Amino acid sequence: MKPGERRWQDRYLPYLIILPALVLTIGILYPFILAIVYSLTDYRLVSPTRHFIGLTNYLDSFQDINFWYSLAVTLLYAGLTIIIEVPLGLGVAMLLNHEIRGIRSFRFILIIPLMMPPVIAALMWKMIMAENGILNYFIGLIGAAPVPWLANTYSLLSIVLIDVWLYTPFCAIILLAGLQSLPKEPYESAMVDRASGFFIFRHLTMPMLKPFLILAILFRTIDSLKMFDLVYATTKGSHSTMLMQVSAYYEAFRWYNMGKSLSHMIIIWVVIFIISRMLISWWNRAMQRATGTER
Amino acid sequence: MKRSRYLTPKRQTLIWLTLAGYAIFALFPLIWVVMMSFKSHIDIISPVPKFIFTPSFENYKAILFGGQSMQYEAGQTDFLLYFKNSCIITISAVVLSLLAGVPAAYALARYRFRFKDDIAFTFLSFRFAPEIAVIIPIYILYQKLHLYNTYVGLIFVYQLITLPLIVWIIRGYFEDISVEIEQAAKLDGYSWWGVFTKIALPLVKPGLASTAVLAFIFAWNNFIFGLILGSSDTYPSTVGALGFISYESVLWGQMAAATVITIMPPLILAIFIQKYLVRGLTMGAIRG
Repeated sequence: MKPGERRWQDRYLPYLIILPALVLTIGILYPFILAIVYSLTDYRLVSPTRHFIGLTNYLDSFQDINFWYSLAVTLLYAGLTIIIEVPLGLGVAMLLNHEIRGIRSFRFILIIPLMMPPVIAALMWKMIMAENGILNYFIGLIGAAPVPWLANTYSLLSIVLIDVWLYTPFCAIILLAGLQSLPKEPYESAMVDRASGFFIFRHLTMPMLKPFLILAILFRTIDSLKMFDLVYATTKGSHSTMLMQVSAYYEAFRWYNMGKSLSHMIIIWVVIFIISRMLISWWNRAMQRATGTER
Repeated sequence: MKRSRYLTPKRQTLIWLTLAGYAIFALFPLIWVVMMSFKSHIDIISPVPKFIFTPSFENYKAILFGGQSMQYEAGQTDFLLYFKNSCIITISAVVLSLLAGVPAAYALARYRFRFKDDIAFTFLSFRFAPEIAVIIPIYILYQKLHLYNTYVGLIFVYQLITLPLIVWIIRGYFEDISVEIEQAAKLDGYSWWGVFTKIALPLVKPGLASTAVLAFIFAWNNFIFGLILGSSDTYPSTVGALGFISYESVLWGQMAAATVITIMPPLILAIFIQKYLVRGLTMGAIRG
């Protein structure tokens, strides 16, 4: 064998090693491709025939007020959860970033909501938010009227609350890792220069935390846009909580409009794809500037 | 960590109190529901919430053994079945992902080959895809392949959750091992399998174990796959817990008990993976 020449086994070895995972992946990719294909048909589960109708489903969706409404509710939901969870998570992370006795127990307590099944968390809160539940009892104690947490006017906010309860720890954990990885020297110089705490926070901490903030925002945005469990468990998809995946679920499994439902899903998937690409490349740049390396 | 001169006793107490406040917020729902699971029906529906009550096991008995509590029949007698389903599906899914994913992670970490980045990105994309997009075609496929409402069918779909996690995180662990050790072994005549099993695997064992546990937790917590692609034979616990809500009434106590039992496995396991959590949550992006 000449130097530099590889046996055929060496050339194909990586592919062989990866083969089982690849088989599973293709098994999952095939339905994805089918999803795109079906979205271009008028497939209804109840009728055996499918006709290729091109982009009709998509055009219908763009003219359907319910589609835009659902998209708006989903974007609102994602926006609210991020605006609350990231700053709150940062606050908690900054609190946890101290060497105090017992801080580790707090860290564990903090992540308990995160480790629970979202559906179960939703059920728990459903029990707490019931008309005659404990939450309204506490509200009554301070003299206010009981709030119909799960009725149409408040239900979206209630679900946002559950999301915040579940996923603020997610942001906190990531940001805490970020805070703990920050170099000490800039802070020491700032102390020497007698910089104010606020200045330090705004010009030292925040820029260095950027990669971690972006990561937290990335994961929370995508998961919020996809949210299904919380809505289904609390309101089963009432009018004011009709997020995209929930409406797609009903479109497919109650009205059997597979094609139309899939067109909604493809649209939200494209939205997720675009947002995640933007955020990931933003993250790459932030990582390069913060650490001088590329991931 | 902030320096100790900054931490006056006053500041310490303040921080401690604020964190305690948040801890109450985080724990209260859990504690309340645990209490509810031990309350008798009368205590639950009492207009003034009772913090002090005599505990009773009637809810647990009802859902585990189908016993009748006074005149209230068990909401469902299948809860043990659902718990068993969760165990079978989740553990099998994680095992399958480990068998396929760990070698794949190694290949991605150590070798250069065409399509490497595309394949890696495909794994990652599963984490970000909206589930219903893939569930609908799979639902149709499964009907034809008779995989609807089967363990096998669900174990396969669960790969969407467990495989990306395992591949991306364990790839990071393999990348953290220095190449020199493996090259030394290769010079000693080990084949790739020898290097993999005798050098690489033992070195990533702790990370591997915790990633497997994390995958278990995420798979266990899943709801949507079981809801749509399963039926009363194969529903996992998470789906079964919803069964206590019917049109006539909500069996609060039993639902609370079912909730508590369902969250036990992931919560207990979470204790063991503290160190590896950040890596797991960010798909390996942060070394934590």
